[in-house]
Amino acid sequence: MGRLTWAAIPFDQPVVMIASGTVGFAIFCVLALVTVKGWWPYLWREWITSVDHKRIGVMYIGLALLMLVRGFSDAMMMRSQLALAAGHAQGYLPPEHYDQIFSAHGTIMIFFVAMPFVIGLMNFVLPLQLGVRDVAFPVLNSVGFWLSAAGVLLVNVSLVVGEFARTGWLAYPPLSEVAYSPGVGVDYYLWSLQISGLGTLLSGINLTTTILKLRAPGMGYRQMPIFCWTALASNLLIVAAFPILTATFAMLLLDRYCDFHFFTNDLGGNPMMYVNLIWSWGHPEVYILILPAFGVFSEVVATFSGKPLFGRRSMVVATMAICVLSFLVWLHHFFTMGAGADVNAFFGVMTMLIAVPTGVKIFNWLFTLYGGRIRFTVPVYWAIGFMVTFVIGGMTGVLMAIPPADFVLHNSLFLIAHFHNVIIGGVVFGVMAGITYWFPKAFGFTLNERLGKAVFWCWFLGFYLAFMPLYVLGLMGATRRMQHYSNMHWQPLMLVALAGALLILLGIVLTGVQLAVSIRRRELNRDVTGDPWNGRTLEWSTPSPPPEWNFSHTPQVDRADAFWAMKQYRGTAQDRNSQRTYEPIHIPRNNPTGFFLAFFTVLLGFSLIWRIWWGAGLGLIGVIVVGLVQAWRTDGEIEVPAEEVTAYERLHGLKEGAV
Amino acid sequence: MHAASPDRMSPDVTRTPSASAMWLRAISITSAAMLMASCNEGVLDPHGPVGKAERVILYDSTAIMLAVIIPVIVLTLVFAWWFRARNSQARYRPDWEYSGRIEMIIWSIPALIIVFLGGIAWTGSHDLDPPVPLEESTTPLDIEVISLDWRWLFIYPHEGIASLNRLVVPAGVPLRFRLTSTTVMNSFFVPQLGSQIYTMPNMVTRLNLEADQPGTFEGLSAQFSGDGFSDMRFDLVSTEAEAFKDWVNTAKTQGGVLDVSTFEDLSRPAKADGTQTYARVSEGLFDRISLRSMAAVSPQRGQ
Repeated sequence: MGRLTWAAIPFDQPVVMIASGTVGFAIFCVLALVTVKGWWPYLWREWITSVDHKRIGVMYIGLALLMLVRGFSDAMMMRSQLALAAGHAQGYLPPEHYDQIFSAHGTIMIFFVAMPFVIGLMNFVLPLQLGVRDVAFPVLNSVGFWLSAAGVLLVNVSLVVGEFARTGWLAYPPLSEVAYSPGVGVDYYLWSLQISGLGTLLSGINLTTTILKLRAPGMGYRQMPIFCWTALASNLLIVAAFPILTATFAMLLLDRYCDFHFFTNDLGGNPMMYVNLIWSWGHPEVYILILPAFGVFSEVVATFSGKPLFGRRSMVVATMAICVLSFLVWLHHFFTMGAGADVNAFFGVMTMLIAVPTGVKIFNWLFTLYGGRIRFTVPVYWAIGFMVTFVIGGMTGVLMAIPPADFVLHNSLFLIAHFHNVIIGGVVFGVMAGITYWFPKAFGFTLNERLGKAVFWCWFLGFYLAFMPLYVLGLMGATRRMQHYSNMHWQPLMLVALAGALLILLGIVLTGVQLAVSIRRRELNRDVTGDPWNGRTLEWSTPSPPPEWNFSHTPQVDRADAFWAMKQYRGTAQDRNSQRTYEPIHIPRNNPTGFFLAFFTVLLGFSLIWRIWWGAGLGLIGVIVVGLVQAWRTDGEIEVPAEEVTAYERLHGLKEGAV
Repeated sequence: MHAASPDRMSPDVTRTPSASAMWLRAISITSAAMLMASCNEGVLDPHGPVGKAERVILYDSTAIMLAVIIPVIVLTLVFAWWFRARNSQARYRPDWEYSGRIEMIIWSIPALIIVFLGGIAWTGSHDLDPPVPLEESTTPLDIEVISLDWRWLFIYPHEGIASLNRLVVPAGVPLRFRLTSTTVMNSFFVPQLGSQIYTMPNMVTRLNLEADQPGTFEGLSAQFSGDGFSDMRFDLVSTEAEAFKDWVNTAKTQGGVLDVSTFEDLSRPAKADGTQTYARVSEGLFDRISLRSMAAVSPQRGQ
């Protein structure tokens, strides 16, 4: 069994055993319930093997919500540790444990929460907004999702079997080399991210192709909804940046497994190369996350103001400018490496340049609000909370783009506060707005408003309470990743930060309550029109939830905000769409390839982590066989007969008055 | 509060003459809150020319940005409130989506800010580049810094002594550091003196700092380096010139010799615990450590 022995399971650590025991028991209960109720065939048919982009999008978001709970429990442990470990106190988490927690927190929150959230939203929304029936490569879509899920599984297995990396979320060598991290922790980190990173790349290729090649007739780039534009930029970045990550990790893996010397201290290895490479993925990555969030806000602000987005062209130009510039700023993550004044100054100025298009976006939303008739729904709360919060994060970001300012703020809690400011205030708020906005489209009923607003206030106030003290602590000289500190002055601020984290915890709990309440009272909030918000884009022209084929008739588009125009000028586009006869529709057939690939990649990854070579061989053969079977598959599509489409439209289709 | 607080506020006030009184008040309140929280420590209470120059940059750029950020936040809330659906007085303009004049303004404002800040970044990067020596008449004191797992070793090459986990320096004398690491990356940082710089194996980085008055300032590693990282703290003790001479002379009479074999003992992983001085240091020890592999390349391009 390679390095795997019973000693790998931490029986001596009660905290870990109780936590993983509880999780294990919960998983067992869920599986037992599914078995007893006989839900397996349904799950297999409708979800696991589904290649419907809407189902896959929902599964991505479910995965992200689940991992949010995991990543947030890490955060709670860190905050409570730092609230305690002042002066001579050491807290309750020893360094070897604490170091795993902050590494896991960062890794999980970025790769397994933020990424699946935005990819899930894009997956669900893009084809509907583009007026098409599915993504370009539906099976690849499913494969991408299941590879991400495989990565998630491996990261969580490390909780019980072995350990996770103790290197921070980017695993800088030489610390992450075998010489200083001989255990399996870094291997868990590397293999789970290699597998999920591949899934992300596949998803990026798929969505880029979808946007570039599949759009409703008449929808040129100028007519494309703004969320699609931001998604295009984000996916182009995925396609360009993720191969860098894969290659960098591959080199570190070669160092660790085959005694290579890319990043080692000896034999000519150069750790600085890793730092450069990882950030030339890492900086575009933050724009991969934030651009779709910008897209959500653009949709939300326009819809609920009852106006088109102000300065659409500027918005598109700004989005694409950010897309390009994001590749020219990576060095600002290590001004303190001593690259020299010219290099530092260049990258500092380039970083600031990004603030120009970002600032323009803020102003565009501002002037979209101007002259609007704003309905204060939950998504609007998130959007305004975002505008207020994000500019502060942007300001501290530009501050740190000035190299001499960064020399005193680098790696401090000020930095931690900054990137949580933009990731929570930007990405999380955007995703929450997006989920609330498109939830009725996915499930046919809206989410409870009151609880939604409560969730917003918890996150909003919790964020300020948790991270404003960190800004101050950073200025006081507190650095990141410390397990304890001697300066007693810091403790009160640490306690405030803990209170903020508890408030956010309440927000997460309330999200669960909101879901439960909304599902129970779904008949009260049923969306029968398909257009609960008086929307502007094509997704609102379909019933909620849309049929598997999205559009019974391919819509004709002649302007941006196509659905709004249809509603305004019933005589034109609407006429072309309201033919009464339907044709048979080809939709992709369910496909278990993704699921089986995930199964074998988990086996492969786990075996490689523990050096179980026969298991790795088995996993690899499995992956190849599944791939070959898929390659020779010819029955990829099924036909929905015209009668079925007609029947569907008669039952669910939009009535004449509704549009 | 430190006695110097009035001049601490001055950069905000003098560099933004166009800012309205409201903004100034907001800036003052924010700065005051931060200063109160960090009155006797950290980067807002510097005790050296580098740290002071960096604080000026922090204040100036924050003030420049707040001049835009605060109005944007206020306008967001005002627009959102005024144009609420229930307000019948607000004029609804369902088709208004473009204004060339506004477009020009919203591109110019951030661009203008960035021109200012870009200038600060460019000159600041050059003036405060860590390897650039401070412009002082006094001869600088050379110090070699080695980060160990998980301790700090300071070698005084000209004095021929070394100190573990405690850095004693004369006040008012420029300090010229050369830094390296034995195993993994760390970052040498004394918040109250200013700039930090990475220490890296097989590399030599350079840093110039100065403490302008006597005092004890906490130093730390700002780059995570493993289990003992949190204890990688040291005191930087700045003394009068005479006291520094005394300290050097005492160190020369006490403690053992730091040579290759004692250094090997030191390089075994151990938590930072207590301080120590060495009466003699074998010649060129720092260079041997920083050049221990065949391809040692300094990340600096000379001085």
